Amino acid sequence: MKKHLKQLTAGVALSAVMGTAAFADDIKIGMVVTLSGPPAALGQQIVDGFQLALEQKDGMLGGQKVELIVEDDELKPDVALVKATSLVERDKVDFVVGTVFSNMLQAIFKPIVQSDTFLISPNAGPSTFAGRNCNPYFFVTSYQNNQNAEVSGMIANEEGFENVFTMVPNYQAGRDNIVGFKQTFKGNVTDEVFTPLGHQDFSAELARISTSGADAIFTFMPGGMGVRLVNQFANAGLSENMKFMSVFTTDETTLPGQKDAAVGFLAAGSWAPDLPNDANAAFVKAFEEKYGYIPGSYAMQAYDTASLLDSAIAKTGGDMSDKDAVRAALKEADFTSLRGDFSFNNNHYPVQDFHMLNVVKRDDGKFHTSFVRTIAKDYADSFSQDCKM
Amino acid sequence: MSTTLFLILCLNGLQYGMLLFLIAAGLTLVFGVMGFINLAHGVQYMVGAYLAFAYVQLTGSFMLAVILSLVTALILGLLLEYFIFRHLYNRDHLDQVLATFGIIIFLNELAKVIFGPATLSIAPPEFLSGSIQLTETLRYPIYRFVTIFAGLVVALGLYLTISFTRIGMLIRAGATSAEMVSALGVNIQRLFMIVFGVGAMLAGFAGVIAAPIFAIEPGMGDNILIVAFVVIITGGMGSIGGAFFAALLVGLIDTLGRSLATEILSTVFNPSFANQIGPALASMLIYILMAAILVFRPKGLLPAKGVS
Repeated sequence: MKKHLKQLTAGVALSAVMGTAAFADDIKIGMVVTLSGPPAALGQQIVDGFQLALEQKDGMLGGQKVELIVEDDELKPDVALVKATSLVERDKVDFVVGTVFSNMLQAIFKPIVQSDTFLISPNAGPSTFAGRNCNPYFFVTSYQNNQNAEVSGMIANEEGFENVFTMVPNYQAGRDNIVGFKQTFKGNVTDEVFTPLGHQDFSAELARISTSGADAIFTFMPGGMGVRLVNQFANAGLSENMKFMSVFTTDETTLPGQKDAAVGFLAAGSWAPDLPNDANAAFVKAFEEKYGYIPGSYAMQAYDTASLLDSAIAKTGGDMSDKDAVRAALKEADFTSLRGDFSFNNNHYPVQDFHMLNVVKRDDGKFHTSFVRTIAKDYADSFSQDCKM
Repeated sequence: MSTTLFLILCLNGLQYGMLLFLIAAGLTLVFGVMGFINLAHGVQYMVGAYLAFAYVQLTGSFMLAVILSLVTALILGLLLEYFIFRHLYNRDHLDQVLATFGIIIFLNELAKVIFGPATLSIAPPEFLSGSIQLTETLRYPIYRFVTIFAGLVVALGLYLTISFTRIGMLIRAGATSAEMVSALGVNIQRLFMIVFGVGAMLAGFAGVIAAPIFAIEPGMGDNILIVAFVVIITGGMGSIGGAFFAALLVGLIDTLGRSLATEILSTVFNPSFANQIGPALASMLIYILMAAILVFRPKGLLPAKGVS
């Protein structure tokens, strides 16, 4: 699988430069994402989004030929570590782009930044590296994990929800999301329910929800859990009586499985496929034409990551030896983000707008999240003041 | 905790138990009668769900998809038996585990290649998709009632077949002493094939009826296989009756435990501590149950007669 992908991606990059072999002074980018198991859909979006950007620029970023090496971390920290170490030691890449999941990022973080290689996360944004442990070689192009939940709390306030039932899987990201939500939500949290990771049957929890008297539910159930929860929620007839508010539960990766059951459900995010700006409209159109599905935020973030690299490499003229110059060029974030405004905070996490989204059905019968209104403008994470950088 | 909520939890437990029973029934027969460890049984549950998805896409009718999936699951089970499992009956358990584990990996990857890694779902049929108002605040999906009913029908059918028919008698005899049955002129090979095919079909059926409730994804059978093994060990290997009661017990305890563990603990400990250990304890309950039952009844709740 890995080898196959490697050849495939190398092939795409190579064919883009018309068959010439990769030269030693090409820019080398290693990518570590999850491409096995059910979460593979997320990793695939990142690969697709990044490759779309590469292809549109004829296989070059900042005017330099790019060799992209894609590795699958298999959602195992030890595998991720081995792959990341070999990228920096054997392949001597200039940048590592990864990962999907925060725990994978934690596994690969040290060996990459300690070898003075730039690590750019296209999705995972743990609090761990946002505050005291921020690093000059680490950038995040997505968001800080807590932000979406914090914005959900603001949405709940604005929508006038008074009693909210919260439910998350029993692991770090789940707990972080509840903390983030409670930080901004002013009403009353009726319950905090923790389910096992990969939970199958939500019927017991749904029974509790229906008797809780809450006006809304806030949840974080990524991937298959979200598909099951949303379908069971709708089948139990709960959608009529209460609002459903979530992060990473109703997105473009899960909506093909949720369909009508999710229409009208609220979410918080920094982007939606119909976010009104020209660059975004062009991206969504090109992406759908090439891959046949509606891109999610994962693909958007990967595309933005490629655009960021493009701008930074152009600024340094392809010279990767002066690390400080590369860092300064990255920090400027001088590219057109699909999200509109985008800049880096002192901790190299983004400062960007967050919006309320809801799920809509498109005329062709496909489903996507849709921009409703902006909730927080130029929203920075709450850890940056601890970062001495 | 209101009585209506408790009632709902019991219904959920029953429904989960019925699903477990459909999977465990085939597993316990294959394990008990043939002494064969079939780890690939869970993956047949996944195959059933994917078949239902494919046939719903193809025909547009859920009922038609159910029938076609059952037939296909049966044929697939028979093919697997003929080409792979047949050659493993006389090998030791390690070989069986290796081979059937290989099938899990193969079929999980195949599902990913054909249908993609994303989670899929199908809607329950139109006439079963509503929910019944039980009390003012509680609704219960009709489809889940139907699952409970389907499980009961299968259980009754299996009970009648095994207790009162000739083939049932042979299965019971085969469980006690396969050599003896063979020596008496019964084609034990064909008997095994039938048992295996029906087992695969039941697992497939469980997958089909689970598809509209749970999501369809590669590897969905892996976790439920472990619970199915808990069920057949708790119930007694090779015993359909044991599997039935153990499945209900495991289903009820798991469902009730998940809702009540935190609440019960918070009456004793402070709420945040209860919130920490409640979910962890709830997911351990069925294994604790299995261990406890094995201490007092090492052969399970209702062991099949003559199985040593």
